[in-house]
Amino acid sequence: MNPANTREEVLEAAANLRWEVGPDLHDSLMEALYTDAARISDRVLSRDDARPAFDLDRTIDRLVTSRWLGFPIMMLLMAVVLWVTITGANVPSSLLSSLFLETLHPALKQAAASAGLAWWLDGLLIDGMFLAMAWVVSVMLPPMAIFFPLFTLLEDFGYLPRVAFNLDRWFKKAGAHGKQALTMAMGYGCNAAGVVATRVIDSPRERLIATLTNNFSLCNGRWPTQILIATIFIGSLAPPVLAGLVSAGAVMAVVLLGVGCTFLVSWGLSRTLLRGEASAFSLELPPYRPPRILQTIYTSLIDRTLIVLWRAVVFSVPAGAAIWLVSNIHVGGTSLAEHLIQGMDPFGLLIGLNGVILLAYIIAIPANEIVIPTVLMLTVVSAGLSGVGEGAGVMFEFDSASATLGVLEAGGWTLLTGINLMLFSLLHNPCSTTLYTIWKETGSVKWTAASALLPIAMGIVVCFCVAQAFRWLGG
Amino acid sequence: MQPTHPPGACEVCPAHHPANLKRLGVNMDRYDFVVALAGNPNTGKSTLFNSLTGLRQHTGNWPGKTVTRAEGGFAYQGSHYKLVDLPGTYSLLSTSSDEEIARDFILFGQPDVTVIVVDATRLERNLNLVCQVLEITGRAVVCLNLMDEAERHRLTVDQRSLARELGVPVVPAAARQGRGVPLLIDMIHQVATGSFVCKPHRIQSEPPALKRAVSLLVEKLGAAFPDLPNARWVALRLLEGDARIEEAVRSGELAGLVGATEGAGTAAPAERAG
Repeated sequence: MNPANTREEVLEAAANLRWEVGPDLHDSLMEALYTDAARISDRVLSRDDARPAFDLDRTIDRLVTSRWLGFPIMMLLMAVVLWVTITGANVPSSLLSSLFLETLHPALKQAAASAGLAWWLDGLLIDGMFLAMAWVVSVMLPPMAIFFPLFTLLEDFGYLPRVAFNLDRWFKKAGAHGKQALTMAMGYGCNAAGVVATRVIDSPRERLIATLTNNFSLCNGRWPTQILIATIFIGSLAPPVLAGLVSAGAVMAVVLLGVGCTFLVSWGLSRTLLRGEASAFSLELPPYRPPRILQTIYTSLIDRTLIVLWRAVVFSVPAGAAIWLVSNIHVGGTSLAEHLIQGMDPFGLLIGLNGVILLAYIIAIPANEIVIPTVLMLTVVSAGLSGVGEGAGVMFEFDSASATLGVLEAGGWTLLTGINLMLFSLLHNPCSTTLYTIWKETGSVKWTAASALLPIAMGIVVCFCVAQAFRWLGG
Repeated sequence: MQPTHPPGACEVCPAHHPANLKRLGVNMDRYDFVVALAGNPNTGKSTLFNSLTGLRQHTGNWPGKTVTRAEGGFAYQGSHYKLVDLPGTYSLLSTSSDEEIARDFILFGQPDVTVIVVDATRLERNLNLVCQVLEITGRAVVCLNLMDEAERHRLTVDQRSLARELGVPVVPAAARQGRGVPLLIDMIHQVATGSFVCKPHRIQSEPPALKRAVSLLVEKLGAAFPDLPNARWVALRLLEGDARIEEAVRSGELAGLVGATEGAGTAAPAERAG
C-alpha cells in the first residue's frame, strides 16, 4: 500500500466526517473542554468562604483604574519616579564626573605625555574616546540605576497592565492596539527594548503603529538632555525655591507632549497608510504582588542598567573619535566642525535651533546621551571662546548649570533655543540601535526609513512653528 | 500544602540535595532530554525558567512578556536537560502567533517532558489549557504555581486528587520564593527517565456525534501512522480543518513524530546533537 495514498485517505475521511459533525465542532469541543475543566476544578478546589471584610487588591484596582483618579494617579506616579530620578542622580553623577574628568583624565594625559604619545593619537584616544565614554558613564549610570529599578518595581507590583487598561480607550480611538500602552511604557527605558516588546501585539498593522510611535517615549538617553536644559533655561525663570519643581514640570510637559504625539500619529497612521479597525483583545489584570525589592534592584541593575550602559559606551567611543576629528581636521584654516556648523546655521536658526545643535544630532546618531556634551564642545569651538573648556574636540561638562548657561549664551542661545532643543530631543530620529532593531523586527527598509523620517519631519515643523510664534510674540 | 512524608524520607530523597541541580545557563552542548514550559500567560513560567537555568529572562507582573522562545539548560542526577520557555497562551486551538509557537513546539518539537505551569488561584481556566496539552502529549508534569497567592486568597487545592484526575504528577510550588522547585525537578526527571508513567486525562464530555467521528478518523490515522500517540488530538484538528496539521499529514511529517512522544523512557537517546 502506498503510504502517500493512505495519508490522502485520512484527509478525505476527515473532509467527509466534517459534514457529519456539523459546523459547531469548535464550540462543542470548547464546551467539552470547559466542562471537563470545571468538573476537575470543582472536585479539587475548596475555598474558605469567610471572605475578609476588606479586599486590598480590589480596593487598589478601584482606585488606579477609576475614571476620575486613574489618570491623575498615573501622572503622579510618573512625576514621582522622575523627581526621585532627577534629584537622586545629582550627587553620584557629579562624583563620577569629578572622578573621570578631574582625576582620571589629567592622569591619563600625564601618562601619555611621559610615554611620548603623538599629540593627535593622544587627542583622539584620551580627549575623544575616553571623554565620550566618561561622559556617558557619569551622566547615564546614576539616573538609569534609579529609574530602571523604580520602573521594574512598579512592573513587578502589577501596575503596568492597569496603565494599559486606563489608556485602552484612547488607543482604541486612535485605531491602535491597547497593548501599545505596555510597549510605550517600555520605551521610557529604551526605545530598542520597546520596539522588541511590540511582539506582544498580534496584528501586523497595529504592531507597525506601535513600532513607528515608540520613539515618542523619551528614552533614558534623552532624559539627561531634557533635565539639564529644563534646569538652566526654564527652571531659572522661576524663583529658586520653585526652580526644581518648575523644571520637573517642564520635563513632564515634554513627556505628555510625547504621549500626545503617540496618539496623534497612531490616529493618523490608522486613517491613512495603516488603515484598519482596532482589534479586540483580552488583557488579564494580574493580582498585585508584593515586589521583591532586593531581587528587583539586583536584576534590573545587572540586566537592564549594565546592558544598556555597555551598549551606550560601545557607541559613544567612535562618536567621541568623530567629534575630536571634526574639530581638529582643518580645511582652509578653519576646522571641519566650523565649516559644517556655518553651513547648517541658517537652517538651524530658521527653526529656532542652530548649526551646533544640528551637527551634534548628526554626530550623536549612535547614542542620544552624548548630545549635550557634543553641543557644549562645538559651541566653544564655533563661538571662539577662549579660556573655557579643555580645548578643541574635548568633551567636557561644567560643574554648575550657570557656567553651562554662560557658554551657551555666548554661543547665541536664547530661551527659544532651549525650548526648541527640548522639543527636538523628543521629536527626532531614533538612535541607530533602535533603527537597527526596527529593521530587524519589521524586515523592511521602507518602514525603518519611515520611522526615522516621520519624527524628524515633525520635529522640524514643530520647531519652526514655535520659533515663528516666539519671534512674533517678540520673545 | 506540603505532602506528608514518613520521617527520614527527606534525607534519602534525591530532591533533598540542592547540589544535585546544576544550572547550566545557555551551555547546552549536549543534552539528554528536552523539557518545554507551557502555561497560561503570567503564571510564572519565566520565573521558573530562571530558577532552573540560572539565566535571567525578563520577568514582570504582566501577561505577554515572553515574546520569543527562550532556551536554557540544567543538569540533574547526571542527565542534561534543555529547557524551552514558551510564550504563555490560554488555548492551543485558535491561530494567534504565540499559540502557534507553543503548539508547534509541543507537537513537532517533541519535548520529552512538558511542564504545564498552572496558576493555582485561577485553576479552572488554567485547566482548560492543561486538558488541551494532555491531548497532545501524555508526558507532562503540572506545576501548581503561585501557591503563596492561593493561600493568601484562602484557596486549598487537593493536589493528590488533581494528579489522579489528570493522570500526571502535580507539584505545588511558589517559584518566586523557590518553593517546590526541587520536587518539580525530581518529577521532571522521573517522567523523562520513565520511572513515572503518565496516564493522561482525555476529554470526556464531547457530544456523541463528535465521539463517533473521532473514533472513525483515529482508525484511519492508525492505518497511515501506526503508533501515533496523539491520534485523537490530530483527528480533532483535522475535523476542524487545521491547515498546518493537514499539511503535516499530507507530507508525512507526522510520521516522524511517532515513537517520539510515545511510551515513557523509550524515546530518550543517551545523547542528541545540540
